[in-house]
Amino acid sequence: MSMLVLEDVHTHYGKIEALHGVSVEVKKGEIVSLIGANGAGKTTLLMTVCGNPQATSGRIILQGRDITREPTATIMRSGISIVPEGRRVFSGLTVEENLHMGGFFNTKAEIRKSQDHVYELFPRLKEREQQRAGTMSGGEQQMLAIGRALMSKPNMIILDEPSLGLAPLVIKQIFEIIGHLREEGITVFLVEQNAHQALNLADRGYVLETGRIRLHDTGKNLLANPDVQNAYLGG
Amino acid sequence: MAAHNLKHALFCAIITLIIAYPILGFNLVASGTNIILEGATTQTVISVLLAAVVVFLFQLFRDNIMALLGKAPALNPLANRQPMEQSRRLKLESTILTLIIIGALIWPFFVSRGSVDLATLVLIYIMLALGLNVVVGLAGLLDLGYVAFYAVGAYTFALLSQYYGVSFWFALPIGALLAATFGLVLGFPVLRLRGDYLAIVTLGFGEIIRILLNNMTSLTGGPNGIGGIPDPTLFGMEFGRRVKEEGNTSFHETFGIAYSSEHKIIFLYLIALVLAVITALVIRRLMRMPVGRAWEALREDEIAARSLGLSRTSVKLSAFTIGAFFAGFAGTVFASKQGFISPESFVFLESAIVLAIVVLGGMGSQLGVILAAIAVTILPELAREFSEYRMLIFGAAMVLMMVWRPQGLMPMRRIHIELEKQE
Repeated sequence: MSMLVLEDVHTHYGKIEALHGVSVEVKKGEIVSLIGANGAGKTTLLMTVCGNPQATSGRIILQGRDITREPTATIMRSGISIVPEGRRVFSGLTVEENLHMGGFFNTKAEIRKSQDHVYELFPRLKEREQQRAGTMSGGEQQMLAIGRALMSKPNMIILDEPSLGLAPLVIKQIFEIIGHLREEGITVFLVEQNAHQALNLADRGYVLETGRIRLHDTGKNLLANPDVQNAYLGG
Repeated sequence: MAAHNLKHALFCAIITLIIAYPILGFNLVASGTNIILEGATTQTVISVLLAAVVVFLFQLFRDNIMALLGKAPALNPLANRQPMEQSRRLKLESTILTLIIIGALIWPFFVSRGSVDLATLVLIYIMLALGLNVVVGLAGLLDLGYVAFYAVGAYTFALLSQYYGVSFWFALPIGALLAATFGLVLGFPVLRLRGDYLAIVTLGFGEIIRILLNNMTSLTGGPNGIGGIPDPTLFGMEFGRRVKEEGNTSFHETFGIAYSSEHKIIFLYLIALVLAVITALVIRRLMRMPVGRAWEALREDEIAARSLGLSRTSVKLSAFTIGAFFAGFAGTVFASKQGFISPESFVFLESAIVLAIVVLGGMGSQLGVILAAIAVTILPELAREFSEYRMLIFGAAMVLMMVWRPQGLMPMRRIHIELEKQE
């Protein structure tokens, strides 16, 4: 059963084509990693899924529904959540208010429940409940960004470079949480430059190079692949 | 006590002298080859010089003096004050607010006609500023053409009364709704714009409306404006000496009191007060509702807000529309108060003043905005004695204010949203 399918997706920024026909499939309950160098089009691919910018051709199917032409707001309310690159928490709002924003379209009772659940996953956030998000460390903000994405009780969560600019110990913690999400039945689509950890955790992986999918295999095979080792794992 | 202090003190003393010159109305007159100081007796000159010396000495020994003052505990009542409990503070706040409103209701019966008239103007500005506060302070959309919606409200009432004889009470909602429609219409093209670009487009919109009103002579009377706008009535009772419209009675005859032109002024003031309170309450309520949080989220981080499924279109449009609605409200009251409106009343400066009120008050903070509206409207009146230096002082006060408290008079305190605890 597929959660998210991209079929031959092309995306343009003005006249420049950023994605040259990308096909990716994420099955239900999987962790799929997308790795690639700077400028390969990883973030563009995610943004295309979110409908900003929309794909110029090809199809994007989320849980059996064609969302290629749907506006961002509709897509983001269809059981999918994204943790944007660079965390992007609401820095002037407290941790609790940030979480509530995540459950914007849910009832109060649902919010209360998801909030407790997020605090279970990240006890640190509970300690900082009334603190302004902008005053927290990068790792805490990343936890908050993930927590906020979980508030809408998504079936699938997309993470854009969750390890960006974080200390190794914090990265380890974040990846543990991502592994835990799979156990809860949440499908994870992970975009990373930190290829080693991303592939280690993933069931399957895709390698994106200048707007095209270059390789596609299980996480373990990709880790062992000499090309991948040379290009992304430092030899 | 370094050379730095001495330099600073000298500078302050010289500034004192310079400031004294315009404020006390001195005048330098050239007579032949000499320049003579006019408009000052020897006594004032001496006191000005004395003041400069006092400023000089104070600045020179400021550190010592402040240290001495700091030691005296009685002089600093805030030194060991505990923060108040949340529940007690809320109770206190609502009590104070109620008292202020009751005071404002009684106040006009004891003061001069001019003060009540000025207070009505203050209330109109409060309505305007509270409305703009939604757009600029909460949603973070810089709108420099806000006065256009004010004009729409005012002209709606003026035109409706001129052509169809519509009364104030009917025109009030129509004016506000029409202004809101204009807000919606303007909102669409500017949705994608942010910051400077948005400011320029809204600025253009404000000018378009004004120039349109100026040039549609056949409909709006152009620069001649529209006069004879009727006063509001109280349940069909008019406030004029004679009844103008058939079927109406006059206020003073109904109650058997002597006619006084003050009744009308006070009645208008009370209407403005009630409408301003309604505006404040409605917006306060909206701020606590999901739409209020959506405004703030979009202001804080547009991409994050959209990633949570918020629609940029509807959130921005709602802010624009609601802001415009209350500007229309204020415009209708303004037209009724003046009895005559022309495009002159809706120039860019008005937008700028309302924006200044919002920024001075502290973006997003209602109480701050209300205080700033009072200050900004009354200050130029109080400074009337300084005649031509009036706006200079007004400007200086604004600059000082922004240096002293860049976040505004009363920065917005974030509203805390409580969820009911589950049993």
